[in-house]
Amino acid sequence: MTITTTDPDYSPKTATTTAGRRIPDRLTPPMVRAIKSWESLLLLVAVGIFILNSFASPYFLDAWNLSDATFNFTEKAMIAFAMALLIIAGEIDLSVAAIIALASTAMGLMMQAGFDTPMIVATGLMTGLICGAFNGVLVTRLGLPSIVVTIGTMSLFRGISYIVLGDGAFRGYPESFSWFGQGYVFWVISTELAIFAILAVIYGVVLHKTNFGRAVYAVGNNATAAMFSGIRVARVKMILFLLTGLMSGLAAVCLTSRLGSTRPSIATGFELEVVTMVVLGGINILGGSGSIPGVVIAAFVMGLVTFGLGLLNVPGIVMSIVIGALLIGVIALPRLWQKFRRG
Amino acid sequence: MNVLKSRETILFAAILALLMLIATRFPGFVAPTNLLNVWADTSPLMILALGQMVVILTRCIDLSVAANLALTGMVCAMINVAMPGLPVIVIVGAALIMGAALGAVNGLLVWKLSIPPIVVTLGTMTIFRGIIFLISDGQWINAHEMSASFTALPRIQVLGLPLLGWTAVLVALIMGIMMSRTAPGRAFFAVGGNPHAAVYTGIDVGRTQFWAFVISGMLAGLAGYLWIARYAVAYVDIAGGFELDVVAACVIGGISIAGGVGTVVGTILGALFLGLIKNALPVVDISPFWQLAISGAAIIMAVTFNSRTGRTKGRIILKSAEIAQ
Repeated sequence: MTITTTDPDYSPKTATTTAGRRIPDRLTPPMVRAIKSWESLLLLVAVGIFILNSFASPYFLDAWNLSDATFNFTEKAMIAFAMALLIIAGEIDLSVAAIIALASTAMGLMMQAGFDTPMIVATGLMTGLICGAFNGVLVTRLGLPSIVVTIGTMSLFRGISYIVLGDGAFRGYPESFSWFGQGYVFWVISTELAIFAILAVIYGVVLHKTNFGRAVYAVGNNATAAMFSGIRVARVKMILFLLTGLMSGLAAVCLTSRLGSTRPSIATGFELEVVTMVVLGGINILGGSGSIPGVVIAAFVMGLVTFGLGLLNVPGIVMSIVIGALLIGVIALPRLWQKFRRG
Repeated sequence: MNVLKSRETILFAAILALLMLIATRFPGFVAPTNLLNVWADTSPLMILALGQMVVILTRCIDLSVAANLALTGMVCAMINVAMPGLPVIVIVGAALIMGAALGAVNGLLVWKLSIPPIVVTLGTMTIFRGIIFLISDGQWINAHEMSASFTALPRIQVLGLPLLGWTAVLVALIMGIMMSRTAPGRAFFAVGGNPHAAVYTGIDVGRTQFWAFVISGMLAGLAGYLWIARYAVAYVDIAGGFELDVVAACVIGGISIAGGVGTVVGTILGALFLGLIKNALPVVDISPFWQLAISGAAIIMAVTFNSRTGRTKGRIILKSAEIAQ
């Protein structure tokens, strides 16, 4: 597995060419770099899709329709922020969708026990945190590869949900609970969209403006060097696993509230869409680079694509072809272009 | 004493213990005929896990195997419906070629564009599933539409074991010989064990990874035909999520996800372990809903155990960040 290789510097490129990494004589000016950056390319794609959509369907350019469209990505994007940090730090969590299922089941149990909204929400967040801690302990304390651990916990968490619920479902959440997934803060701004916006700012500041953010990059680029420069690598990774768990718990609150019911199959396949969103946002899957603005734009791109195709009556599974092609395409095209330019 | 301490022996002992535990509650389960059935039932998992093993050995991962299986299976079924007279052996050949071609797509993206394998196969996984929907229009192909010989082949009994089971035996034998006795087989270990060293011994890392994906895809295609013919039904969601079982079988079988470590016997035993649990749960009257959680717990225990035994003892001069607390 490339993510967990024992030799962090290894890439097929450096292995096959002995020349090594080229260092440019002159740095490109910041303005040119900003224009050529991944984020601006992605923004261009987003605008393009937006324009195409508004031509394709007369129902697209409507404030309420656009507001509805945001539900396509808000829950996934909440997780994607934490996942972005985790992937930058060189780890991955494939159990996020399973955490949603388990947290949702726990919330259902609390609801059945007669607790009200604050307790239900707290249970969802706590369950997420505990699941994240479980992943984090296995990865940081026992030194296991995160991809295998989280494939395991993915089955385990959802499995527990199946044991509790079987083929049944929890229904009848209290009225006030529906605010998280169905409520609006102001005009067309839904609660979920507001949470998404606040999280985007928080994560952007944490990753790009704080010591912790720099530590995340350092760990992802070279964990050993980071350790020798005084960064507590295991602690940074543990915090990121906890964060990812917590965000999955939050997504579980929103999704359960929006659907109004819990089934063990809830959020199936979310983990792939979250990873797609993160990679589309320009986060290097091998760790070490990427930005939060990229993830935000990627969230909008994915939301717009699915919503636009939905307006055109394209079935969901065909949309998944588009998402899959997008995932490979956005990474393949720049590399093809580089190959082409080098001759 | 090394044989006694090996991962395979311990796993084999665990399987025997599991069997004895089941036998105390339900003696009929360990009857030879039933065990042969369990073997046959686990065959698709074994075949896929052997392909996955090669990929993981080269430090890659193939998450598209289940989607490849479903797509190839659907195409086989459609060929059969369109041309019922076509000999089944031709369809098996087509399944192998098509599976290999789908695997080659993954392999080319990994080799030529050096895109991380997890990204490539996540993408192709959803694309393959989508293509099934496009070509089948979301329709099911049911048993009565398939020809009798198409569905009968995997069930033909030879010496008490259906051909499905024999296929797994055959694949395991071929893989066993290839991985231990041929230069290309050893190359997979070399690439995963130390890519830099592999380059200096004249092995092309990318090309080797490409062939790993082709083998994985080819076996997924074979399993695709077997799966569709055995259950006599083809639809979009066939074997949904099965890729995780496949990776789980490899991990339980002692294949190191960091590459370069693993054996054919281990992989077979890992798959068998999961297959036993799946077949035993209904017999010992535990709800099948427990299966997912149990296999999840098995993966975590297996990977923990593997890392404990795999750790080399000795003085650490320059500690790496992975070990540091």
